[in-house]
Amino acid sequence: MFDNIISVLPEIQIAFGETLYMLVITVGFAVLLGLPLGTILYYSRPGSVIKAPILNALLNGIVNLIRSFPFLILMVAIIPITRLIVGTSIGTTAATVPMVIGAVPYFARFVEQSLLEVNRGIIEAAESMGANHFQIIWKVLFSEARSGIASSITIITVSFLSYSAVAGMVGGGGIGDFAIRYGYYRYQMDVMIFTIVIIIIFVQILQFTGNYFVRKLDKRL
Amino acid sequence: MIVLNDVSKTFDTPSGPLQAIVSASLEIEKSDIYGIIGFSGAGKSTLLRTINLLEKPDKGTVLLEGDDLTQLPRQQLLKKRMKTAMVFQHFNLLTNRTVFNNVSLPLEISGYPKKQRKERILECLEIVDLLDKVNEYPTKLSGGQKQRVAIARALANNPKVLLCDEPTSAVDPQTKESILYYLKQINEKLGITIVIVTHEMNVVKSICHKVAVMEKGTIVEKFHMNDKSYKPLTNISKILLGESNPVIESEVVYV
Repeated sequence: MFDNIISVLPEIQIAFGETLYMLVITVGFAVLLGLPLGTILYYSRPGSVIKAPILNALLNGIVNLIRSFPFLILMVAIIPITRLIVGTSIGTTAATVPMVIGAVPYFARFVEQSLLEVNRGIIEAAESMGANHFQIIWKVLFSEARSGIASSITIITVSFLSYSAVAGMVGGGGIGDFAIRYGYYRYQMDVMIFTIVIIIIFVQILQFTGNYFVRKLDKRL
Repeated sequence: MIVLNDVSKTFDTPSGPLQAIVSASLEIEKSDIYGIIGFSGAGKSTLLRTINLLEKPDKGTVLLEGDDLTQLPRQQLLKKRMKTAMVFQHFNLLTNRTVFNNVSLPLEISGYPKKQRKERILECLEIVDLLDKVNEYPTKLSGGQKQRVAIARALANNPKVLLCDEPTSAVDPQTKESILYYLKQINEKLGITIVIVTHEMNVVKSICHKVAVMEKGTIVEKFHMNDKSYKPLTNISKILLGESNPVIESEVVYV
């Protein structure tokens, strides 16, 4: 009764590998670029640490602009950019380009939100000690907001696991794409269910790991 | 030591400009415990925060040991701030750092030699009798203990001035007594100048040498607490100097 599944196991393995690849690149870039972006968004907010209303309005505008795109449309709309960056618009690597572009502003918003939860008085205390901006960000903001940031990384990882399925549209591969091809187009219900079970287990592991780190990092309780 | 000269500060609020400080002048001498008292909204915290330029005055000069802070380049201002430590009403400790690492923060900021940090941190914690809480996180501490950590943290960089913004307003009366005790000790033993903003008469009575009374952004009077010949002008000063004897007296704490 598991014939269908057994015959596609090697393909599931490849698809899962592609998903991991897309996720690692997407989340990696989201953190690398979104963390500074979110920090600048927070830092330059009206009434925050520095006065830079024009910079803030500009970055806010860009973040909102990208966040307005439904992911599927973003993916198609930026095909020329994708081609420019990775040389092709088809395949797993090509799919990571719109994923990264979507994830960076998304994560930046999360970072901004986490930093907003840091007690303003603590930042003031650091200022009163003569801390420069780098020290305030590094030693105070990131230290106090670290569990919020860890929780945001978990959320975007799970979200972009879901977006990676859409990446199948541009031949991106991955486990979601696989489920659509076999389960939906070929009516192999058992394969569909098996794939969904894998995805569910994967999400549970991600969430469990994320929660573990959030608890570890948070000393408020 | 500290001279505020004709300092003014206006805030833009949604309901129009708010004059927080109106041409205030103040002179604080070395080793003073100087009280700034007034009702809430009188501008006392804002005035205190102009001393380390956390609040930049619109007008006037802030002299710290002869240097006008309003004219200093940022790098030098940051250096000055390392020597004017601050203690807050709500402690403002880092929740994700242990007591030890909280006291370490100002040393990290000032670039204190790494090898001597541990020794310095323990010295400061010893002054406030908290050596038994070195590895605790702030959430585990009582309000009074948190404020003592904050005091230890403020002492870390050997400051010349301690700016205290309502340091006893968030703790219970007994703890208040102990916090005031430590502040007094620090002033007497280390010779650190203390400026203390409060709305509590008993705080001023128990530790301040000199006091300024603020009303609506203006310093309405200044006097020595032991000046017997001084004729008080406001209700606050009358109470402070013991001319009238209202209910507030009942909770006076003597150290």
